[in-house]
Parts: sequence; C-alpha cells; structure tokens
Amino acid sequence: MSSPTVPPLAAGRLSQAEYARNFADAHPPLTPVQAQLEAERCYYCFDAPCTVACPTGIDIPTFIARIAQGNLRGAARTILEENVLGGMCARVCPTEVLCEQACVRHTQEDKPVTIGLLQRRATDAYFAEPGAPLFTRAAPSGRRVAVVGAGPAGLSCAHRLAMLGHAVTLYDDKPKLGGLNEYGLATYKTVDGFAQKEIDWLLSIGGIEVKARHSLGRDMHLDALARDHDAVFLGLGLAGVNTLGIAEPADAAARAAVDFIAELRQAASPADVPVGRRVVVIGGGMTAVDAAVQSRLLGAEDVTIVYRRGPDAMSASGDEQRWAQTNGVSIKHWAAPQQMLVAGGRVLGVRFARTEMRAGRLVNSGECFDLEADMVLKAIGQSFEAQPLGLSLTLKDGRIATDAEGRTSHPKIWAGGDCRHGGRDLTVEAVEHGKVAALAIDRVLRA
Amino acid sequence: MADLSSSFLGIKSPNPFWLASAPPTDKEINVRRAFEAGWGGVVWKTLGEDGPPIVNVNGKRYESLLSDQRRVIGFNNIELITDRPLRTNLDEIRRIKRDWPERALVVSLMVPCEEGAWKAILPMVEDTGCDGVELNFGCPHGMSERGMGSAVGQVPEYIEMVARWCKLYTRLPVIVKLTPNIADIRHPARAAKAGGADAVSLINTINSVMGVDLHSMRMKPSVGPQGSHGGYCGPAVKPIALNMVAEIARDPATAGLPISGIGGITTWRDAAEFIALGAGNVQVCTAAMVYGFKIVQDLCDGLANFMDEQGYGSVQQMVGLAVPSIVNWNQLNLNHVEKAVIDQDLCIQCGRCHVVCEDTSHQAISAMKDGRRHFEVIEEECVGCNLCASICPVPGCISMKVLQPGQLDKRTGQLVSADYANWTTHPNNPARAA
Repeated sequence: MSSPTVPPLAAGRLSQAEYARNFADAHPPLTPVQAQLEAERCYYCFDAPCTVACPTGIDIPTFIARIAQGNLRGAARTILEENVLGGMCARVCPTEVLCEQACVRHTQEDKPVTIGLLQRRATDAYFAEPGAPLFTRAAPSGRRVAVVGAGPAGLSCAHRLAMLGHAVTLYDDKPKLGGLNEYGLATYKTVDGFAQKEIDWLLSIGGIEVKARHSLGRDMHLDALARDHDAVFLGLGLAGVNTLGIAEPADAAARAAVDFIAELRQAASPADVPVGRRVVVIGGGMTAVDAAVQSRLLGAEDVTIVYRRGPDAMSASGDEQRWAQTNGVSIKHWAAPQQMLVAGGRVLGVRFARTEMRAGRLVNSGECFDLEADMVLKAIGQSFEAQPLGLSLTLKDGRIATDAEGRTSHPKIWAGGDCRHGGRDLTVEAVEHGKVAALAIDRVLRA
Repeated sequence: MADLSSSFLGIKSPNPFWLASAPPTDKEINVRRAFEAGWGGVVWKTLGEDGPPIVNVNGKRYESLLSDQRRVIGFNNIELITDRPLRTNLDEIRRIKRDWPERALVVSLMVPCEEGAWKAILPMVEDTGCDGVELNFGCPHGMSERGMGSAVGQVPEYIEMVARWCKLYTRLPVIVKLTPNIADIRHPARAAKAGGADAVSLINTINSVMGVDLHSMRMKPSVGPQGSHGGYCGPAVKPIALNMVAEIARDPATAGLPISGIGGITTWRDAAEFIALGAGNVQVCTAAMVYGFKIVQDLCDGLANFMDEQGYGSVQQMVGLAVPSIVNWNQLNLNHVEKAVIDQDLCIQCGRCHVVCEDTSHQAISAMKDGRRHFEVIEEECVGCNLCASICPVPGCISMKVLQPGQLDKRTGQLVSADYANWTTHPNNPARAA
C-alpha cells in the first residue's frame, strides 16, 4: 500500500515540456502532400460503402475527389452540409468501425483510405480561411424553436433550423456550449480550442439566440418551452453517472471519469490537474480509455483499465484499446469491482472478483484479486436523468423514446443525441439526430 | 539467359535499348553515364549545320502531365536541337565511339532542305566513326518554323529527296525519324523507303500544349508571359506510337523496312510490345528523363526473363509476331461473342463497373442481389465491350469469357456460330460482297 508520506494525488508531476508533448494533437493532421496522395487512393465508388456507413451520410468520395482536385472549399461544403460538426467528427469519430471499415480499400489491401484524416484536412483548410459563408439562412419563417442542450445534437439541430429560416433559442446549463465536445473529449483529441472555434463558426449563420447557464427544470420548464415555442428539441445528453453498486468512500480520489476528463479539458494547464500514482479505471468504453490514457499523460505510473468482460465486448474500439496500450495503460478483462479498499477515508485500492460467462450469463468465478490504487476512476457508463423534464415523455430503457425522426410522445417535442433511445452514443450520430429532427420540425411547421 | 544482343541495320549493340536523340544524349558526359549504366546505344542529340550555334530559351523547356500519385504519364518539351558548336559535338562523338566501340552510336541530323547542306555535314559526321545517321524529320517545334524537322517530315516528297541525298553522300546506314503530326503515317514511311533509307524510326513528338496556368491565364510551359506548342511524349503517347509502327509494319509497300520503335517506352513490357509490332529495336527518352539511366537495367532484365520464360532465343525472333493480329475493322469476326465475368472472390464491391455500365454503356451489371450489395453481369444485356474490365481497380477481377460455338448468347437468343463472318459479308452491309 502506498506510503502515507507521499501524497496520493498530486498535480504538476511532469515538466512543462512533458505536458506540452503529452497533450499535443494525438493524431496530427496530414500535410497537404500527404492529403493529396491519400485522396488519390480513393476509388470513387458507386453508392459508396463509406457513405452508407457514415451516420450523417457524408458523400465521402465526392469530398475526397475535391481534395484531390485542389477544391478544398468544395470538399468542406460536401462534409459540412451533411455534418455541420464535421471538423470535430474528423477528430473523434471511430472511423475504424464506421467509414474506414467499409472502405473497399480495406477489403482489398487491409489499408482503408484514411477518410477521417482527409475530412480533417478539408475542414481545417476551410476553417483556416472560411471566406464567404458556406451556408446562409432562408427567409424568416416566423416560427420559433427552442433547442435545449448545446451538445452535438443540439448544435446540429439549431444550425439546420436556422438555415431553414426558423428563429432558434439555444439553451445549455453549462457556461460553455459544446456539451461533450467541450467537456467530454480527451484534451489531445481537440487541441487549440477547436471546439469553441467550431461553435463560433456554427453560430455565425445567425438566427440562434444562445442562453448558456440555463438549466432545464431550474431556469426554464419544458411545458412552458413547449407552450411558448412552435417546437422544442431536446439534446440533453446523459447527466447521470452509473454507480458501481458497491460502497464508495467520500474520498475525492474515487470519482467519475467524466468529471476528471472535464476538469482536464477546462484546466488552464494540465499541470493544474492532480492525478494518482496508481490509477484504476473501471469500465470498457471510450470514456475509460480517455481517462486512463490522460492519467498516464499526467504522470501516473501505473494505470489499469479493468473491464468485466472480454476485449470484443468493450465499446472502445480495437484502435482505442491499442491506443491505450500504446500509452502504457494495461487492460485487465473479466473482473468486476467487489469492494473499495479504504483506510482512514482514503482509497488504497480495489478488490475485484474474476468473472466468467456461465450458461450465457456473466458471473463471478469466486476468485478475487486486489489492485492498489490511489485514484479510482469510474467509467461504467452514464444514464439519462428524466427528472428535469418535469412532464411525462415516454421513455424506453430509461431514455426518451422517439420515432425515426426524433419526435417524442409529445407532438411539439423532438429529442436526439445520447438522451434518445436506440443510439450508439456517438458524436456523429448525435449530429445526425439533430439534423434529421430539424428537417422533421421544419416539415411539420410548414405543413 | 536470353541473348539480348541486337543488330539493327548491321549496327551492333549489346541490347536493343537505345537512348533517343534528345537532351539525355546531348553531351559526352551524359552519354558516358548512359553507357556506364548499360544502354545499348544512343542516338546523339540532333546536330545542325556549322555556323552560329542554336539558341535555346532560358526558361521552362519541359512540362509534365501527371497521373495519380504524381507519376509522369505525359511530357512535353520545346528544346531545339543541340545548342553547342558542331565541332564540339563531333569531337565528343569520336571520343565516345573510340571508348565504347561495342555500343551503338547513331548521330541525328537536321540541316536545311538543300543538297549542299547535307553534302557538307555527312562526311564530317561519318569521319567520327559513328555507326549511322538518323534524319530528324520529326521535331515539331521551333525548327519546323525554319523549314526543318517536321516541316520536312510532313511532305513525303521532301523525305524522299533528302533520304536520297543522304544515301548519296554517306556510306552510313540512314534512318529517317518520322513525325506523327500527319494524317497517314504510311506515306512518309513509303517516301523514306523510296528515297533509299535503310530504316524508319518513330514516333517523334506530338504537337501539344500541356495546360493553362489558370491564375496567370498563360499556357504551360511558358517562357515569361508566352509559351509555344511543344513536342509531346511519354507513356500517354505509346498507343499512338504502337499504331503507327504497326501501320508501317503491315503496309505491303513498306513491309520488311526496319523500324526503330519510339514512344513512351518505360518498361520491358512496353519495349516487347513495340518489338512484337515490328520494331527491330527501341529508343527511350522520357523514362530516362523521369527516372535516370539506371532503368535500362530493369528493361534488360525484364525482357531477358520474359524471353527465357517464353522460349525466345533472341530479340529478332520476336520482331513482328503480333503484326498479323492487326487487321482492318471490316475483317473482324462479327460472330465472335464475349461476356464479362466478375470474380466474386476478388471483387471489392466498389461498384464502378455497375455505374459506368449503367450510365455509359449497356446496363449489363446489376448492383444488388437478395437485398445486398452485389455486382453481377447480366448476360442478357452484356455486349462484351470490356469497359468494366478496363476500369476495374482490381487486377483479374473482371475477365471476358469467350462463348464457344454452339453456346447460347443470352442477349440475342442465338447460338454462337462457328463460322467466321465479317462486315464485308454481313447482311446489314449494303455494299456486301455477293
């Protein structure tokens, strides 16, 4: 167990140079020459499988052909007209399980066209020099729509509604817009304040009134919003953090991984964020990977992800798992937390039960082991908090039930993103939800 | 190991690969490097008549056409003939031939279309000990404005006249280099033969403007604010050159006239194709200007391995083997039927065969089967055009199956006939033979 003379959590474990290196762009952009050569690898498929695999349906062969032809603005338009957050998605999409997995070059030579990096090339080039607006507003419709939650779903919906001529009020309970783009992503995935730059650009279309620090159920109420607007879109995300189901100490060293990630994103410098020497991350998703890798990059010596099933069941993709391992994180499978090991109110470790599948069910094998830890990050998923809705929308499996276009059981209310039932909790999917709901709202309002 | 040694017009070289008359053969230092790398011979860059040297531009002389991955597929130049004094060139040619007696050294010439000019230069050239002369009747830029180069090559009477002078004033073999900037290549070739030329070489470069700089609105390549058309060469011209070589090879009037094949040769395969269509040897320029002289080693090795594999003992055995396969369209067997076949194990599902057939051909490839992406030939629609196989990115994925006599052509509902029947006898031909 850790020596009582050494503070378990400490900020500033590394030199400034180490922090700068560790939190630089994790996947640096392609140079123009690299992008040109890569773009020329695209076969310009018919009814392209990559486009089919893209939740927002970006016409990928078209944008890649435009890069190859030196028409970067045209490439950016092709991306952004389907996915207004195409810049962020170029950074965070798990392309290896979406477009790039479908790429016929993947079939042919196990080496897909690097679509994500090309998308970044096009969008970076555009944002560096936007020129005349790509998108303009239609004539005012006279209709007013409230969008609650300025994460990927809400931003996408608000932008499309504004384009279509509706007046949008965009609410968010946080001081900054962006939702998970601003608070939930690993710092090295979106460097140089890209998330806010992208949002500033998105809002520049006009017609979107922003109300930050407005919390649903506290500062405004859904029934009133629905009454006072022609339609409401809910992009509320998942505010609740799942609990481990075991007794947890009050020690700040045992915390939700999402809070740790958000603190790091919002910190003026990573040197300000304390991290343990031995960190255990419990969970198997991208949040677990982001928290574990960033713990390492903050200077933790031993970081272990513990997941109760095997690698194939992890919602973090194979690439994400390898990324963690490359960064010195070890991943233990088939173990579930049994007990927090605590002394004097301080976390000293976690006792895990080994698990196995028995008759199709995950059960404890009866064997246990302890992992020492001075910091425990919980990343076993988040849950939708329905209470702020204040009125009764039909839920399914704890999330808002909608039709394919996002319309809820209330005829004036649509929902999208992680709060909507049936999704895969992907940024790109949230963008699509927002877009599709905006189109549906527009259709209904004009009917 | 196959014997690559070559004897073209009695000019011996250890392999059939010569560097064409062009910038790579302009100077002693270049030619030495070429021979050290293994080139079988060179055609020295064109000499002009004695007098004030030619002046070249001091700006862009070259421009390329690039394919994906920045490969040069086309190339153009506006360089004139040698801009060094005649004496300098002759002295260097003499030294090179002395030091490399077993390599072929042919000298390209271009002087005004006057008997005296040819009479004056030929003895000087012959005196160097070189192996032959090539008459540059092909250069399409600059010199043609002065009545030389392609200006001569476009007038068969001039070709015949000059060839005759040359045969009169030198004992060296005379090769006439032909311009492709002409309607029918057979006429200049016949004229060269009529004038007594020992061989023709072709093709020289094609009139070309490589592009336009859209910001300055200037053609490319440009010298300052202006440009001038140049000579086009490189892989993109190979099909044009092959056709012209074959036209001469199968023309009864010139059959048997030795041909030195030129035009976009980059690989041993390209060279073998020229040889198969009647070239006794080949000349290369663009590939060397793109990759350097070392490529000759790959040309030699590839050709030798191919010959070993196919059982050819000498290059000569391959010359013209494919010529009989070229006929006029009206001789093609209209009873021959092919159908495209897609190898489903190789197919990567890009769907390009489908969309191009759908958009631009015969709607003969389906895109869906049992609700899934799947590309398959519809034999009822397929005319065997080869478009799909030509554009498929996967080697060997789409092949053309020949229907055998007696098999059903699902498109026409007819059984394939074993009879050969061409257009001359086709019932739809109003002018068919009785």
